[in-house]
Amino acid sequence: MEKLLLLGAEAIAQGAIDGGMSGVYAYPGTPSTEITEYIQNNKIAIERNIHRQWSANEKTAVEAALGMSYAGKRAMACMKHVGLNVAADPFINSAITGVNGGLVITVADDPSMHSSQNEQDSRFYGKFAMIPMLEPSNQQEAYDMAYDSFEVSEQFKIPVLIRITTRLSHSRSGITRKELKPENKLSYPDDPIQFVLLPSNARKRYKGLLSIQSAIEEAAEKSKYNKYIEGKDKSLGIIACGIAFNYLMENYPDNNCPHPILKIGQYPMPYSLLDKIVNECEKILVLEDGYPFVEEQIKGYFDKSGKITGRLSGAIPRDGELNPDVVGKALGKEIKQYFKVPEVISNRPPELCSGCAHRDIYNALNETMKEFGKQKVFSDIGCYTLGALPPWNAINSCVDMGASITMAKGAADAGVRPSVAVIGDSTFTHSGMTALLDCVYENTPVTIIIADNATTAMTGGQTSPATGRLEEICIGLGVKPEHVRVLTPLPKFHEEMVKVIREELLYEGVSVIIPRRECVQTATRSKKEQKVKTEEVAQ
Amino acid sequence: MKADIILSGVGGQGIVSIAATIAQAALDNDLFIKQSEVHGMSQRGGAVYSHLRISDKPIASDLIPMGSADIIISVEPMESLRYLPWLKEEGWLVTNSAPFINIPDYPDLNLLYSEIEKFPNHILINADEIARQVKSPRSTNIVMLGAASPYLEIPNASFEEAIKKIFGRKGEKIVELNLQALRAGREFSLTHQKEKATK
Repeated sequence: MEKLLLLGAEAIAQGAIDGGMSGVYAYPGTPSTEITEYIQNNKIAIERNIHRQWSANEKTAVEAALGMSYAGKRAMACMKHVGLNVAADPFINSAITGVNGGLVITVADDPSMHSSQNEQDSRFYGKFAMIPMLEPSNQQEAYDMAYDSFEVSEQFKIPVLIRITTRLSHSRSGITRKELKPENKLSYPDDPIQFVLLPSNARKRYKGLLSIQSAIEEAAEKSKYNKYIEGKDKSLGIIACGIAFNYLMENYPDNNCPHPILKIGQYPMPYSLLDKIVNECEKILVLEDGYPFVEEQIKGYFDKSGKITGRLSGAIPRDGELNPDVVGKALGKEIKQYFKVPEVISNRPPELCSGCAHRDIYNALNETMKEFGKQKVFSDIGCYTLGALPPWNAINSCVDMGASITMAKGAADAGVRPSVAVIGDSTFTHSGMTALLDCVYENTPVTIIIADNATTAMTGGQTSPATGRLEEICIGLGVKPEHVRVLTPLPKFHEEMVKVIREELLYEGVSVIIPRRECVQTATRSKKEQKVKTEEVAQ
Repeated sequence: MKADIILSGVGGQGIVSIAATIAQAALDNDLFIKQSEVHGMSQRGGAVYSHLRISDKPIASDLIPMGSADIIISVEPMESLRYLPWLKEEGWLVTNSAPFINIPDYPDLNLLYSEIEKFPNHILINADEIARQVKSPRSTNIVMLGAASPYLEIPNASFEEAIKKIFGRKGEKIVELNLQALRAGREFSLTHQKEKATK
């Protein structure tokens, strides 16, 4: 089979396609976006007409994937780690309903918060849901695990979680493909009430989930992804989860690690292999990207011996992602550094693109807010979050998808006037519409600015389901049409924008301002693509 | 054979294309590759980097350990200095001299140049100007790849093939412009080397 050069995220996508997947459901989020984008552009996926359109949010994605599984086909839902918080309800309950066709939830964690608001570790969710979990150490494993995951799910009749981290997701390497599997045929669950979580049935289903725990533990014990590598020097035993294994091996160039190693790639944790390494070695070092998930469980509260080391003991920093040097230091290796960063270097933080409409929106908002006082603007997750940085310093919150509107509501309820929300069009459809409904229900005096650039810009310009329909949605949810104001954010309309924003800030009710101008990145790209097309036609 | 390469620049300057071209060339030479890149928030005009590792043996880590990169290839002079802790003692620093100024406190260029010139193994090239000269002003990144190519143990023909593969989708004209940019960058470094040798 041919060798492909793929990102870890793309390897998962290719593995899922080759593994007979019939649909992917996802909301874009770094570092998970490339899984779905790859499927959207893949030839086999297009030929097979695999479902590959974006979902409104991660919850709708997991639910739709569960529906496809109900119908007997193989489905995957993909998201970033915080997306699993949004999808937690269907995710946890899908373990209780169980599956029909294989169901795989792929979550990309972002330790070190390269592009996120926290570094939560999705392995806790997998344990919480009591389902098998796969954590690849490299791109080939990412491919293989995705390829096999549907069968693991169908074997145990429960969903499977694949957990990756930023570095693997966004690192390329050569992949060897396997044979393309056929898709499942449409079929209904054997038990017509399998998916009916009425308490009486949910109790039965939950007992069923509990009863297969020993089987999924046994599968992890025997998994090819959990490997015990013998070593002569038992003064230390090393447990390496997922990508941590690579950083470990980087410190032992010709695979010459003298210590026993337990490489973990499938959970629940392989208990007998853990017994072996902990009994056999004087000290244990746990290497895991994210939270001290394994370390905490094997150390427990009562072990004060100091035998188990890792992030909790301080051998590895408690926060931030792993790298070869952090791991090397914990192994007592000398870290080489010949040059320092010269003092003359300045920081170069990310910024709004030149020509971006958000610049014009913040210029107008800041000027208007001068009349109304500081710290009254709640914002959200997207490019416009960069409005928190100089020169604008325009916003006072960024918490989770959709929180701008609801926080502005709570603040207005507490007496803040005016109370302003700034949210993007895609974030609004992800989780802002229900928040707006809460405001309409109580006619809360809030001014909501939906910065409409007709795309999901921060993650690279994915389509947004509300493009061209925002006014309809807002009016449909009950905002008075005269308080839905559409503007064109351009420097030449600055005065008009200030005037409209001022009018709405003074209104004691719900108003929505929609400054609308296409993202400069997507606009440039579509112009270029148009040009290539025209040239092709000309040839 | 082993080459650990750090690519640096500002979001939007095309370092992912450089990485993809080198990786393709390496793949065509049956080498192992790992290439880590930055997506998401940091791409928006911020400092970006990529770790690219090539070897004839399997590679463990996606990230390069400190003090061990063979070469830093930078599309921007200040950014070339940000990743120095990763460079090995006798490593190469190959950078564009044309600054990308999008911050209010951008340092004095001469100070940057003098830091770069401290390295015996450095190439300081005005890739923006060379790209304009070959009538491909958007190919600054590929000029930089050309300038770095003499220091990578990959045959030059492989880079040309890789460019044809990677830019092929964008049409023949784009391929030709990028090939010219690659050649011009390479020519600069080779000439510079000769001049240095005769001094």
